[in-house]
Amino acid sequence: MKLFHFRGGVHPEANKHHTAHKTIRVMPMPKMLYVPLQQHVGAAAEPQVEIGQHVLKGQLLAHSQGNISAPVHAPTSGTVVAIGEFSAPHPSGLPVRTITIEADGEDRWIECNTPADPFELDPAEISTRVGAAGVVGMGGATFPAAVKLRLGMRSDIHTFIVNGGECEPYLTCDDRLMRERSIELIDGIRIVMRALQPKNTYIAIEDNKPEAIAILTEACQPYDNITVVPVPAQYPMGSAQHMITTITGVEVPADGRSADVGVLVHNVGTVVAIHKAVRHGQALISRIVTVGGGAMTEPQNVEVPIGALLSDVIEFCGGFKEKPARLVMGGPMMGLVMPSLDVPVVKGTSGIIGLTLDEITPKPTMPCIRCASCVDACPSGLVPLEMASNIRSGELEGAIKFGLVDCIACGCCAYVCPSQIPLVQYFNYAKDELAAQQRAKHKAEETRKLVETRKQRLDAEIAARAAAAAARKAAKAQKASEASA
Amino acid sequence: MSNLVSGPHTHARPTVPWIMGQVMLALVPTTLFGIYLFGFPALNLFVLTILTAVFAEAAGLAMMGRPVRPFLFDGSAILTGWLVALTLPPWAPWWIAVMGGLFSIVIGKQVFGGIGQNVFNPAMLARVMLLVAFPLQMTTWINPIPMFSANAPSFMDSLAITFGGTIPHLDAVSSASLLGNLKTELTLGHKVPEILIHSHYSIWEAFNGWTSGSLGETSALLILLGGLYLLFRKIITWHIPVSMLGSAFVWALVFNLINPDRYEGVDFHLLNGGMILTAFFIATDYVTSPATPVGKIIFGIGCGTIAYVIRTWGAFPEGVGFAVLIMNALSPLIDHYTRPRIYGRLRSGAPIEASK
Amino acid sequence: MFAAVVSLTVLGISLGFGLGYAARILKVEVSPIIEEVSAMMPGSQCGQCGYPGCRPAAEAIVRGDAPITICPPGGRALAEDLASKLGVAVNLSDLADHVPMLARVNEATCIGCTRCFKSCPTDAIVGAPKQLHLVIQDACTGCGACVDVCPTECLQLHPIKETLRTWKWTKPEAGLAAA
Repeated sequence: MKLFHFRGGVHPEANKHHTAHKTIRVMPMPKMLYVPLQQHVGAAAEPQVEIGQHVLKGQLLAHSQGNISAPVHAPTSGTVVAIGEFSAPHPSGLPVRTITIEADGEDRWIECNTPADPFELDPAEISTRVGAAGVVGMGGATFPAAVKLRLGMRSDIHTFIVNGGECEPYLTCDDRLMRERSIELIDGIRIVMRALQPKNTYIAIEDNKPEAIAILTEACQPYDNITVVPVPAQYPMGSAQHMITTITGVEVPADGRSADVGVLVHNVGTVVAIHKAVRHGQALISRIVTVGGGAMTEPQNVEVPIGALLSDVIEFCGGFKEKPARLVMGGPMMGLVMPSLDVPVVKGTSGIIGLTLDEITPKPTMPCIRCASCVDACPSGLVPLEMASNIRSGELEGAIKFGLVDCIACGCCAYVCPSQIPLVQYFNYAKDELAAQQRAKHKAEETRKLVETRKQRLDAEIAARAAAAAARKAAKAQKASEASA
Repeated sequence: MSNLVSGPHTHARPTVPWIMGQVMLALVPTTLFGIYLFGFPALNLFVLTILTAVFAEAAGLAMMGRPVRPFLFDGSAILTGWLVALTLPPWAPWWIAVMGGLFSIVIGKQVFGGIGQNVFNPAMLARVMLLVAFPLQMTTWINPIPMFSANAPSFMDSLAITFGGTIPHLDAVSSASLLGNLKTELTLGHKVPEILIHSHYSIWEAFNGWTSGSLGETSALLILLGGLYLLFRKIITWHIPVSMLGSAFVWALVFNLINPDRYEGVDFHLLNGGMILTAFFIATDYVTSPATPVGKIIFGIGCGTIAYVIRTWGAFPEGVGFAVLIMNALSPLIDHYTRPRIYGRLRSGAPIEASK
Repeated sequence: MFAAVVSLTVLGISLGFGLGYAARILKVEVSPIIEEVSAMMPGSQCGQCGYPGCRPAAEAIVRGDAPITICPPGGRALAEDLASKLGVAVNLSDLADHVPMLARVNEATCIGCTRCFKSCPTDAIVGAPKQLHLVIQDACTGCGACVDVCPTECLQLHPIKETLRTWKWTKPEAGLAAA
């Protein structure tokens, strides 16, 4: 099959050999689970359980609200002990609404609503079930999968791409999943195909995972409309846009979605979650996490219940060999630094990576020498060096001219920068700052409107009072004139 | 909160000092050859230029109140001094070296705000300034007189040459450069082939470097070797060297075909003077060249063309210095018009139409 | 020599006069900038700046008596807009110590006197006589007008709590790059 190239990209040291050969282990249920109500893009879920209530595994804890949202479910059976705030798995460590469950140790499932044959289901019914199970994009984007499916059903999808790229270094959770759960994966793919009726379905896997490619090629034999496509190992291959370009040669418009070009991309983890949701009626309450990095005693892939604390997961993996210089959730290219070990695993947690000082090689930032390595590396065709210099001098508008809004924060530019300039942080800062300015502007406009309305109201009141007074006066005068007459 | 940093949390190995080191490594063969070919005076000049450049950098940083150590050890000042030295006539007096080193760092770099801020290539700026201000010293060439050969100056002689300004048995060793000689003879109405025969021009010598010329510019072979190493190490890309040498090649070829009596051949232009050194080591300077591949090609073509034009019809025998400076000035403009196309957008910046 | 000096002097003087004259007759009328600045202000007349209202504040800003960072409800966005409008440099550090605030009613001590919602410039407080009042957070500008009139001190300004939505990445330290 003919593949297409995208510009730029980098080839970081993969470091996947530490975990790629080890079987996924299932982590025992920890005593306490902290389930954040916002683990996805969109509106936070709204709790519908009460403190003290006993819940079963897979029971709905909080329902989705709004068009773009996802529900969350109990990862095990136990008692709801708190509905309050808990540190989010986010660099800021700010609290988010979280439901805390104390496990009862029985791990008893709620009765699941399973269809007789998922392939008899109406496409709309499939997306409803996926939505009800709280499935979100598990490659890290955490976009609600049902919303994506609904969008796809509306826009006539011709190509369905199952994203097994896993281009981030260290991470092997998708690799292991493809090797060990190929049956579930293929079933999930066929369910999505049932919903979307695509002409072509491709499982795209980076060619540094020959085992996964072999196993899935074998598993796809019976289905001649599913093709396994080895794609070159080139970061950021796993980015949906770049994956689409590699497979179809088409670019997603800057103001559009992949559905606009007739393509839908789902991560392999998401597809297995869809399989569980539709085939077994099970909600998304656990995921496979790569625990890795040089600081980890026993790097491996673990199936972790959503809501387990990082400290529990790391303890299960034998703890740290040395104190990590940086603890990252996700991969080392795009992952987020964690404020502490006391934050929960969420649906988008693909990895817990403890990096040693050696691995992060921190060096002082030097001035830009305009070597343009960042321009060559940028997969989106931006000019990072100009963007950063504009941002540094406070010219956010200038940064937009060089493509700030099209930045996917993949980190290729900062990865290659010989002056160690934290380009991604400059862009994150500028994006946040622009959003804050937008909010402030919006608020100022609203305020002005409110003041206008109030002024009109007050004016109207005064006018009414004056009119009433005038009327009274007129009546009085008339009375007086009548009396005198 | 010092740990609050964005990704990526891993990093490619190259750093600025490493890059500078690689460029210097690539310059080692031609430098050693130049020092061997022209003896101790060349060595004096080389050491002196680098020392001056480093001293100027340290003094400049200190005066601007910037930290001296990290910038001094990034290797950029050494490299600049090195490149200036390579473009000097090998037996030039000490003050040429000092002026070159000072000018390149102070006027060429620190005045603009230090590393990464300069508009013009510091080494080229110094070379052109010296050429314009001190034409005599900058065009006093010597024939190859290898170290330890019979006529070669001893170390003590070399001190007299460099610091005393006395060139022993002047007639024996001084000669005009090939480019300069050709220019003079052409104005006297001689034809190119005759001149070349008279001045004992040989393609092979121009290629291997056994000829008179600047300290580090004579051996096209060794410079090419260094350039290929930089390409192999991915320090530079092919765009600027290929387009610069390519455009000079095309012009030389075309005009030589039109009138071989008036216009020199391709080999002459590519192998003589600073063409190859500039194409690989100077025009490719990150700071002063465009950022995108297309921009680099335009830049290279500009350098090659202007250099050819100045050499052929200008007042100066050598034009690469001016060519690079002119194109340096145009780099921001080239960058502006050759931005890469953004993913999902047209060149104009508008989003592309969805194609199914 | 003499001719050259004279001719250059004459040339200089005549050009100088020419330019001076042109500056007078081609003078561009200054636009009524006070109107424009006044329109940019939030218009809530909250008085936090120390001026009796938004228009007097606008006049002071245009005169140069007040810094462009004077308006707390307008915040950073307004300061930046004003900076570009007036063509002056903005020193945002003046804003750094100003934390955006919101008013909140202490339910225990509110007596339902209605004074606060009468004084609120943005109608952000709702309620009825003898009933608990409530601040609509989205409409509150944190101006503090209500705090001043509340007889029981039940209305207080509280800093806006940072959430994941409002949290921002900090600008990286320029380090050696700026040194």
